[in-house]
Parts: sequence; C-alpha cells; structure tokens
Amino acid sequence: MDDLIAEFLTETNESLAELDVDLVKLEQNPNDKDLLSKIFRVIHTVKGTCGFLGLPRLEKTAHKAEDVLGLFRDGALEVTSEYVTLIFESLDRIKYIVGEIEANGAEPEGSDDELIAKLANILKEAGEDDKVALDNSMSLDEIMAAAENEATEKQILQTEGKDLPAPQAPEAMEARASNLANQSLRVSVDVIENLMTMVSELVLTRNQLLQILRTHNDSEFGAPLLRLNHVVSDLQEGVMKTRMQPIGNAWAKLPRIIRDISMELGKKIELEMQGKDTELDRQVLELIKDPLTHMVRNSGDHGIETPKERLAKGKPEHGTIRLNSYHEGGHIIIEIADDGKGLSTQKIKDKILANGLASAQEIEQLSTQQIQQYIFKAGFSTAEAVTSVSGRGVGMDVVRTNIEKIGGSIELSSVEDEGTTIAIKIPLTLAIVSALIVQSAGERFAIPQLTVKELVMTSSDGETRIEMIKGSPVFRLRDHLLPLVSLQTLLKLDKPLTDDVLADLTDHPDNQRDIDQSQSQSQSQKQGQGKYIIVMEVGACVLGVIVDRVFDTEEIVVKPVASILKDIDIFSGNTILGDGSVIMILDPSGIAKSSGDRFVADSANKRAAQIEDDTQQSKTALLLFQAGDQTPKAVPLALVSRLEDIKTKDIEHTDGRMVVQYRDSLMTLLPYSSAVSIESFDKKPVLVFSDKEKAMGLVVDQIIDIAEEHIDIKMTGKAEDMLGSAIIRGKTTDVINVSHFLHQVDRDWYKDHGDEPYEPQDDMLISHDVKRILLVEDSPFFRNMMMPLLKIAGYHVTAAENAIDALAICDNGADFDVILSDIEMPEMNGFEFAKKIKEQEKWQNIPMVALSSHTTQKDIDRGLQAGFSNYIAKFDRDTLLTTLSETLSKHYNGGASS
Amino acid sequence: MSASSTDKTAHERIEGQLLAGDDKQRDFLTIVIADQMFGIPVLQVQDVLGEQRVTKIPLSLPEVAGALNLRGRIVTAIDVRKKLGMDKRPMDTQKAMSVVVEYQGELYSLIIDRVGDVLTLQQEDFEDNPATLDQLWHDISQGIYRLEKRLLVVLDVPKLLGKVDH
Repeated sequence: MDDLIAEFLTETNESLAELDVDLVKLEQNPNDKDLLSKIFRVIHTVKGTCGFLGLPRLEKTAHKAEDVLGLFRDGALEVTSEYVTLIFESLDRIKYIVGEIEANGAEPEGSDDELIAKLANILKEAGEDDKVALDNSMSLDEIMAAAENEATEKQILQTEGKDLPAPQAPEAMEARASNLANQSLRVSVDVIENLMTMVSELVLTRNQLLQILRTHNDSEFGAPLLRLNHVVSDLQEGVMKTRMQPIGNAWAKLPRIIRDISMELGKKIELEMQGKDTELDRQVLELIKDPLTHMVRNSGDHGIETPKERLAKGKPEHGTIRLNSYHEGGHIIIEIADDGKGLSTQKIKDKILANGLASAQEIEQLSTQQIQQYIFKAGFSTAEAVTSVSGRGVGMDVVRTNIEKIGGSIELSSVEDEGTTIAIKIPLTLAIVSALIVQSAGERFAIPQLTVKELVMTSSDGETRIEMIKGSPVFRLRDHLLPLVSLQTLLKLDKPLTDDVLADLTDHPDNQRDIDQSQSQSQSQKQGQGKYIIVMEVGACVLGVIVDRVFDTEEIVVKPVASILKDIDIFSGNTILGDGSVIMILDPSGIAKSSGDRFVADSANKRAAQIEDDTQQSKTALLLFQAGDQTPKAVPLALVSRLEDIKTKDIEHTDGRMVVQYRDSLMTLLPYSSAVSIESFDKKPVLVFSDKEKAMGLVVDQIIDIAEEHIDIKMTGKAEDMLGSAIIRGKTTDVINVSHFLHQVDRDWYKDHGDEPYEPQDDMLISHDVKRILLVEDSPFFRNMMMPLLKIAGYHVTAAENAIDALAICDNGADFDVILSDIEMPEMNGFEFAKKIKEQEKWQNIPMVALSSHTTQKDIDRGLQAGFSNYIAKFDRDTLLTTLSETLSKHYNGGASS
Repeated sequence: MSASSTDKTAHERIEGQLLAGDDKQRDFLTIVIADQMFGIPVLQVQDVLGEQRVTKIPLSLPEVAGALNLRGRIVTAIDVRKKLGMDKRPMDTQKAMSVVVEYQGELYSLIIDRVGDVLTLQQEDFEDNPATLDQLWHDISQGIYRLEKRLLVVLDVPKLLGKVDH
C-alpha cells in the first residue's frame, strides 16, 4: 500500500477512535461547541486528504458530513438527538470505508447516496447549501498550501490565528493541531519490543555483576558498577513507561457501545468508569480489549433489565455498569459490575441439561457458585434470543481462554436480581519486579516484594517460637495469632532422601549442592532451629509462610509459567536469577487458597454461601453399605436397630429361609440380593431392623461408612427394593426401601392386613381398625422415609407435601385419626397449619403431633400453644411411634394399634 | 541445526521439503529412548542440549522434570521416559541429553537417552502404526520407518506435548 495512504489510514483511525468517547458526550450536550468543532476538524481533515489521495467516495461523504457539521459548529442549526444519530451514522460510514481501504487497498463498491441525501436535506432546511460549499473549497486550497510549506505557513497562521475571520479559522486550527503533533512521535511496536528485550537482558546482566561484586568487596569495579546500577534502573523504568498505556484506552469504545445497546433495547444504562488511568502493558491491553467489550455488552444486553422491569423490582430506572481498575500486588484488577438481574441459576441448570453437560442428579448436588461456573463452557449461552449484540454462545469460554493465555484469571459472582460482578486479574507479566528470594527444602523461590509485609525469624525456644494447635502451626505476632503454612508442606517437598530422590539429584554437578543442603536441612529441622516466617497480606487476610532461609531482594523479570503449569495456583510465574538458575515465583493468593478456604475472604462468595446455608435442610445420618454390586447403598441410620457380624456357620435353615439365633429368639436373615454370597465367607455384616419383638437381618457385603448428608432422593422407576437414588459423597447411591425387605420376611409385619400395597389407598377400602395418619411433610426424603416407618408400625398413611395441600385434603372430605406435621415448611409452617386446623370444624378434634428439628423448650411451648398435643424431634423413631400410639389411645380410649 | 547438513544440497533439500511439500524423503533427528529409536522431523528441532541444570517444579505433573534456562528463555523440561511409562534411565549410562522443541509458542526440552544422527528417510520405507501397538504409543507415533537394522518410530511432538497439557 502506498505509504501516504497508510499514514492517512493510521491517522484517521486514531482520530476516529478518539472521537468515540467524545461522541457519547455529544449526546448529553448536543450543542457543545468544542465537541462539534473537534468532530468537524476530523471530518474536515479526512475530506481534505481524500481529494489529495484520490478517494472519491470517501471524499463525497466526508464533504457532505463536513458541511452539516459546519452548520452545527457555527450554531446555525441546533443539534437534536435525531441529528446526533445522523452524525454517528456519518462517522460510522466513514469508518467503514476507511476500514475497507485498509483491508483491500481500495474503496469499496457502492455509494452512500442515501446518507448524502439525508445530509443534503438538513442543508436545504438551513438554506445553507451553496454558501457553505464555497467556504470549504477555499479552505481546501489553504490546507494544501499549508501542507506544502508547513514551517513558514504555520508560524504566520498561528500569530494571525486569533485575528482571522471565521472562514480562515480552520487553517489556524490545522496549524495548531500539527504543532501539537510534533510533540509526539510515532514508533513501530517492534522497535519498542526490541528495546524492552534488550533492557531486560541488561537488567539481568547487571544483577549478575552486582552479585559478583558482593563477593569482591574491595574492587575498583565497585563505584562504576553502582553508578551503572542506578542508570540501568532508570532506563528500565523509562522503557517500561513506553509500553504502558492507561486502561482507559481499552474503555474508550465502551460508552458508545452502551449507548447503542440502550437505544436498541430500550434500556437506560449508565456506565461508570473508575481507575481508567491505571496503566498496563500495551500488549496485554490489546489482548483484553475484546474480552472486556464482550463482557460489558453482556451486562448491557442480558444483565440490566428494562426500566419497567427495574421499577417493578424496586430498583432505580437506570441500570449501572461499573468498571473499576486498580493495581494489586503485581497484578492489575479489572472489575465489571452491574446491578442487573444476575445469572438465573434455573436457566443455567436447564441449559446444562439441554447440552448434556451433567445429569439432573449431579446438578442438584452443585452449589450456586459451581453452577455459575458453567457459563464458561464452550457454546454456552442462556440468552433466549440471539440479539445482534450478544448471545451467540461464543462468548465466555473464549474470554476465559484469552485471559488465561496471558496468565490472568477471571472470577464471576452473581446474585439473582441483584447483579453480577466479574473480576479479571492480569499479571503485569512483563514487569520487572522486586522479589524476595527464599529457600525451602533446598529449593529457592521468589516472593514479590509488594506482598511481603514483614519478615520474622523464629527460634526453637523463647517467645519467638512456632506453636501448634492441633497440628496447625501458629505464631504470636504482637497481639495477634498469625496462622502459618509451611512452604515445604504446601509444595509437598517433605520427601525423605530416598534412593530415588538422590538419583534424581545426582545428575548434575550443581545438584550436589542441593543434596548437601537438603541433608543439612533435615538435620536442622530435627534440631528445631530457627526458621523464617514471611508475613504476607492477601486481600483482607494476613498469613505467615514458614521458610528455611531468606536470601535477599532481587529485581527479576517475571515470565509466565508454561501452560501445563498454569493450573498450579501457587505459582504466578517464573524467572531467571542473576546466577542463571530458574526459580518459581510464588503467588500469595494461590498460597492462601491452597492452604484452606478460611483464608479466602471474598465478600460475594460469603454472601452466596450465606444464602446456601439458609436454604439447606437438616442433614440425615445414613448408613452406607455395599451389597451384591458396585453401587453403594444407603439406609437411614435411624431405621437400623443394630449392626451385627454374623458368623455364617451360625446360620441355620428352616422352612426355606435362613435364620440365626439372636437375642433369645430367631431372627430371619435375608440377603440383600441373590448377588450377595454367603457361603464363601466366615462372617457377614448384617443390618438388623427390629420393632418390639420382631427382628429381621439384612445380609450385606460390606459396611462402608456413616454419612451425614443433605439428601435429595430421585425416585427411579418402580423398583420395589429401592426408594430411589441420591448422590451421596459424590457417588450415585441407592436408597433402599426397608419395608420391601420387611415385607418379604414377614408378610404379617403389617399387623392388621397382610397384603397392603405401598401406595396409600382410597379411604373407603380400609377398615377403621387401622389408624389413619395424615403426614404433612415438605421434604420428599422424609416423606419417603416416614411412610414405610409408619406402615411398619401398622398405620395407614396419607402424605401431603405442604400445609395447603393438607387443608385441601380436608376440604375434600377425607378423615384421619391423627395428624403428623412438620413445622418447617414453606408457605405455611406447622404452627399456622395447626391453628388453621383447630379453627375449622371438621378436623378440630383430631390430635396433632408435631415433628421438628428444632426442639428447644420455646419451640415445644409454641407448638403446644398452636394446638399440637405433642411435639417430637424429627427422626427419633422410637419416641415417634410411642407418642403416636399414646396419643391415639388417649384420644380414642382403647384403640391402641401398635 | 545439527552438525551434518551444512552443504548447499542439504539446505536446498530441506527448503524443498518446506516449500514443495516433498513427500519422497524427509530428514529426521534420531533419538534413542530405552533402546527404542525415535525420529523427530528435523525442522521441529530447535536445539540439542547436553546435561542441564533443571529446577524442579513442585506440584507439577510427574513427567515435568522441571524448568531450565536456555539463553534467557525458560524452557520446560519433560521426561519422555516417564511420559511414555518407561522405567527410569539406569544410572550407569551416559548422561542424559535433551532435544528442544517449540510447541504453541513455548519451548520444551524433551529429556531422552541419547541423540543420534540426522537421517534422510525414504517414503517407501514408511509404514503406518501396527494395529497391535500400545495405545499410548499409538497416539504419539506418526508411523514407523523400516531401517536396515532397526525400526524408527516417528515421534509426533505436538501429540506428545498435547497430552502433557491435559
């Protein structure tokens, strides 16, 4: 491409980019003269140069646009929002044409007649058609002249600038502009890159020289080297400045984009930008520009709701997107927060299912945080409609990849209806930072100086010793207790010197030194000699890292870790020391993360966790065992009377079944399934279920463990021996249906009727000797557990999911002998339910028993007050059954049934 | 590149391979790991190194031997024996050598037993992987060359390193 054209393109692109920010301001102040002048000048320059370079289409368009802008600038016409849009359109068109020229070397086919006609209309309205044309053609000549005789013309024009009448003002402006232009220089990026690399090498060489100097204290090299040191440091700073650009540059286009989205989608969005002067490396800036734009688009498109929706939610009409950027510990943090509708957990769940990324069961086990992480998967977009703005599903995974490529990280937190915050952390990778070199287990590491608050030396006795609380080391630092982590343990470097390890080390002569050190290390450890604690600050937390030795501070060039190591949180990079060796750079927040969640103090996380906690139901104790196949099985521990190990030789066979003498009676044994082998074993574990005198033993293969879990059973088909499946400890577990087994052993276990089905039958068919229970319980698991339990005891059970359903059952005419109700239920809790029941006629006199996990005296009193005759703890099986029968017998005087 | 081909015809030949996609013959740097000969296309080889000071990287995958400094660039050292599930190099043999390759913009140093010559191999001696080949080797091998006295496995470096990159 022609040099001239190339330069023209670069300049024009720059000016147009600058304009983007101003244009949005224009919208708020449509008649801002300075702004209009600026825009005018840019288009004026474009038009002028076009003619020069032979770009007719561009010239025509720019010309008309300039005419119109001239009117606005001079105040001959008021700018309305309609006109602003037109100005935008014109600039966009110019941008487009320029882009095409850049890409193809020539103007694109087609014409801008439509646009030009619109612009011409405006001119006609103002009646300024020809007059303006005349003025402008004059200026064109003058510009040509000015371009040719820059130096002399410039001076003359400048001094006369203020006195010249309006038509000639443009040249003065031109001249002024070119004066400013002289103060800056355009340099190719490659040149700067080279410079940067050379300076880095220089820094490293200087480090080496300084190191050598340290060992030769009296040397005439001393003074000049120190001088060199200063100079190199200054040079380093200076060159780094050339590469640093304020992040505002990446944010420049955003106001315009937000404006467009607002218009397009009819929303009101305010964009706040804080910290736009925060500087970061140019290359990094280029790489994050697109991800940032994408995320801001997302906020505007999917995050912020329409004004109507917002008002309905009690939010202000204007949605806010806040951009914040600052430096923190060797990184630059960029936050994008909006107060929109946040991520819809349900929608994400649906999408996960639809895309087949996880099963329904697995999804139920995930926390909200984990579910939100799914938006980073490829092809994921929960946007219902793919708007022209976003929603194509190519988004977040690409964003994350791009950010991780440059060694950064991205974190997301969102609360439904409140908003979403995305935090990007990017290392100032190409920075040369000061780092403290430490040693642990013979290996050296670097810690960024910025993160080190304090350095403490400990001794094996006295006040400065490391103390242990249940295996965790802590240290008294002035008036606080400082939690400690041992770097050695964290990095799993506590291997004893086995032959293998020795073999690894002896390959290289230098490594011999490491061996010696390691050996002396383990010795000194035994003696409990002094260690060093590096006190680091990570966010709001302070922690101490125990290391063996501290060397000194060095200036290092941070290089990103190889991609195969990027998952190791503890390292934020690596570097080459003055002596040529490679060492890893530690990341304090990575250390904090690895040593335990308690260190991570993220307010959004905390909030999310809080919400999770509040909605958690109480946990259930389950007995996990294995029987017949690989799938673990579970049974509520409360149902199990005892766990026994039966010697197989004690098993006797009578009447076609297995029995064993158990506590003065015979207990029938039932293997869980035919796959449970008994003969080949000496002993087999047995789960004993008993009820008063009856007992039954379920033979299994192995007792795994007892787990306390919050469980969600999914009913699976009609398998009679199972209630369903649940994910327990990360594995799909079958929750067994105890009544099935009980029924197999003793059909009369159900005392009154042998052949009772498991589903509640129609009232009519059941004889009234069986006491009917209405069970009101919102947890499906508890319902499923209680029902067999109550049936074992001989009751007929009808279950209601919540109090409202229960009341509906009452309205439908059903009748019961006793109502068993949970207290903690959504919509209407047990107390309210009880009151309602007592208020109406039909069930007024039915005794009510409350079931609850809260059993303080206050709760019990409250329950009794509400109308419950009894209040028992959930899952106290024996008390439950006793209470039930007591209540019934008391009430019905002699109708005892258990 | 390596010692042998500095004469013009070799240069031309390599260029020919680059430009014209010459299929008839290719140049390989031969390496030996546990008595098995492998070949890496010579154009992929950046450097051949002798004994190196390697800094171990804690918490990394077992096949990552560590990092080393190569003229100011940090290179990740990969123990190919470990990667291929072979035993450790016996102590009494010569010192290890490594071949430096570039993959996805990063430098890797493949630690192997020894480096052999650069050989020019003919297409007609090339065969696909035998179906009975071990799965892991199947993945990292582009095929086999039948040499006079032994077989040479063509090492697919991107595959080898891609696998490290879980």
